[in-house]
Amino acid sequence: MEADESALPLEGSKITITSWMAFKDKIGRGWYRFRRNPISLAGGSMVLLVILLAILAPYVTPYPRHAGAFTDFSSTFQAPSGSHWFGTDEVGRDVFTRVIFGYRVSLMMAVVVLGLSVPFGVFLGLVAGYFSGRIETVIMRTTDIFLALPPLVMALAICSAFTPTIEKAMLAVASIWWTWHCRLIAGITRSIKTEEFVQASQAIGSSHARILFKDILPNCASALMVKITLDAGFVILVGAGLSFLGLGVQPPKPGLGTMISYGAQHLPMKWWLTVFPSLAIFFLILGFNLLGDGLRDMLDVEAEGI
Amino acid sequence: MKFTYFFTRRLFHSILVLVGLSILIFIIARILPGDPARLALGPFASKENVAHLRHEMGMDKPLHLQYVAYIKGIFHGDLGLSFQTRRSVSLDIAHYLPATIELVMASIVWVLVIGVPFGVLAGRYKDSWLDNLSRVVAFIGVAVPPFVVGLMGQLIFSYGLGILPTTGRLSLLMPPPPTRTGFLIVDSLIAGNFTALGDAFVHILLPSFAIAMTGIGQIARLTRGSVSDVLGKDYIEAARAFGIPDRYVTFKYMLKPSFIAPLTILGLTFASELGNAFLVETVFGWPGMAKYGIRAILRKDFNAIMGIVLIIGLAFVVVNFIVDVLAGYVDPRIRIREEE
Repeated sequence: MEADESALPLEGSKITITSWMAFKDKIGRGWYRFRRNPISLAGGSMVLLVILLAILAPYVTPYPRHAGAFTDFSSTFQAPSGSHWFGTDEVGRDVFTRVIFGYRVSLMMAVVVLGLSVPFGVFLGLVAGYFSGRIETVIMRTTDIFLALPPLVMALAICSAFTPTIEKAMLAVASIWWTWHCRLIAGITRSIKTEEFVQASQAIGSSHARILFKDILPNCASALMVKITLDAGFVILVGAGLSFLGLGVQPPKPGLGTMISYGAQHLPMKWWLTVFPSLAIFFLILGFNLLGDGLRDMLDVEAEGI
Repeated sequence: MKFTYFFTRRLFHSILVLVGLSILIFIIARILPGDPARLALGPFASKENVAHLRHEMGMDKPLHLQYVAYIKGIFHGDLGLSFQTRRSVSLDIAHYLPATIELVMASIVWVLVIGVPFGVLAGRYKDSWLDNLSRVVAFIGVAVPPFVVGLMGQLIFSYGLGILPTTGRLSLLMPPPPTRTGFLIVDSLIAGNFTALGDAFVHILLPSFAIAMTGIGQIARLTRGSVSDVLGKDYIEAARAFGIPDRYVTFKYMLKPSFIAPLTILGLTFASELGNAFLVETVFGWPGMAKYGIRAILRKDFNAIMGIVLIIGLAFVVVNFIVDVLAGYVDPRIRIREEE
């Protein structure tokens, strides 16, 4: 891989990107590198496969009805077989079906949490990095406070104020997740704002909004893309943890963490109840991490905080 | 920058974070849930009882006065009464905390004993099979939830091979050593009780490893990166050119600057491990904070929740302060960067 990189006129992380067009350009050239890297391709395919399975869950799973409060007491605790690939659970539901439906919840968690927290964090990060002074101090010290607690504990504390549902868990995680993005973007903004093209933009009288979103934000886009991909895996991990502790997905809804926590009561005899949901969650998070790593190589990101 | 100045700055910063944290926790516990008194007494309690408890908890006062009272309490070691155990929260925490700290400390030992040497070797022998293995371990470590590591460990080592116990800190029939510190390993050492020591050791292996898994991978990769950076530096080249033996170059010139990066994130590792302890304690029936905390959360025992979150935040701030100061002491560049 090293040889390819030196042979290609790829821009390093030090070269700034002056517009969204330039960012698109960078992605276009990075794609070549991405395609040639088996690890990022593997990660991308794993994530894509899970997303497709989750979207098409009612059509690709053998027993879509088993995703809810279905019971069939004639076929409880069946070991994995041709008709039930991952076996059946304590009320006779197909574990494979429930794992695929569990993916839906996990992915939804990542989408909702990042969809809420990233725009918020990015905006505050831009503001903090661009306008130094009191406003920066206030924002950055606030992130310090949020970072003083492990995400899981913070989410637990916030969840505890409400009745436990997966929606509340998502909100709780989103309410702490913005801090990471805020710090990342603030750091990049701080180093970019002294560049000549930003000064030029200021000199011709561009509005603050224009400078923030058209001049500075494109420079954060690479790091942000990598961060969001890696975070998707991490959010799913935290979500699974919350569900495992009984504060996330509530039965009979299928959640991977919830399934593992119920399965654990039947170890070691009914091992498939624990092992398959565990493997499923590992597969998805590993996919996101490999993909994020590939994107990092592709986009040449070397920012702090990733 | 003078070290004392750096030290006071970090100290001031830590105190600021703690104050902010106490406000945040106060908001979560007193404002978000609506009426803690009503929640504590349940939906069928009479209005008079609820009002009485509100008064007892000082909740009929304005919020800022409540906050002041709360802070005053903290300084007296009073975190309020736990609704579930009817005991003082600080007593409860003092009872459950040592088990958790012991567990997290053991997992930090795993991280240092496996992660750091692994990273050094991977960085020293770049692109060797060892380096690739460290990459795989890091990827797996980040992608497996700690409770899954714990469960799989139980499945393999406890149920399958039968060599490690499944739950608890000690075997059921093992008489615990007299409590001095609350850390079983330390207590059994003090008592000179080596059977208990061995038993406690065997019990802590699996849960602490489950917590450490993520940290091992992260620290190994970070150490690897900084070792390979340092190895590319001119002064290493120069040392080699002088004919200084390889072993000497490694131990004398390479290791110290390589350890700074892993050292700085050790504080964060500690924090995430405290969080992971919540999950792993549940798997192993470990009688620590998690068990108490989760019961508190499910029963809306707000004083207990506030106390636990505060203690974890405090532990994090203290550990990070120590780590920061240590890093600034070892590496003057960090002190200078702070000034900018």
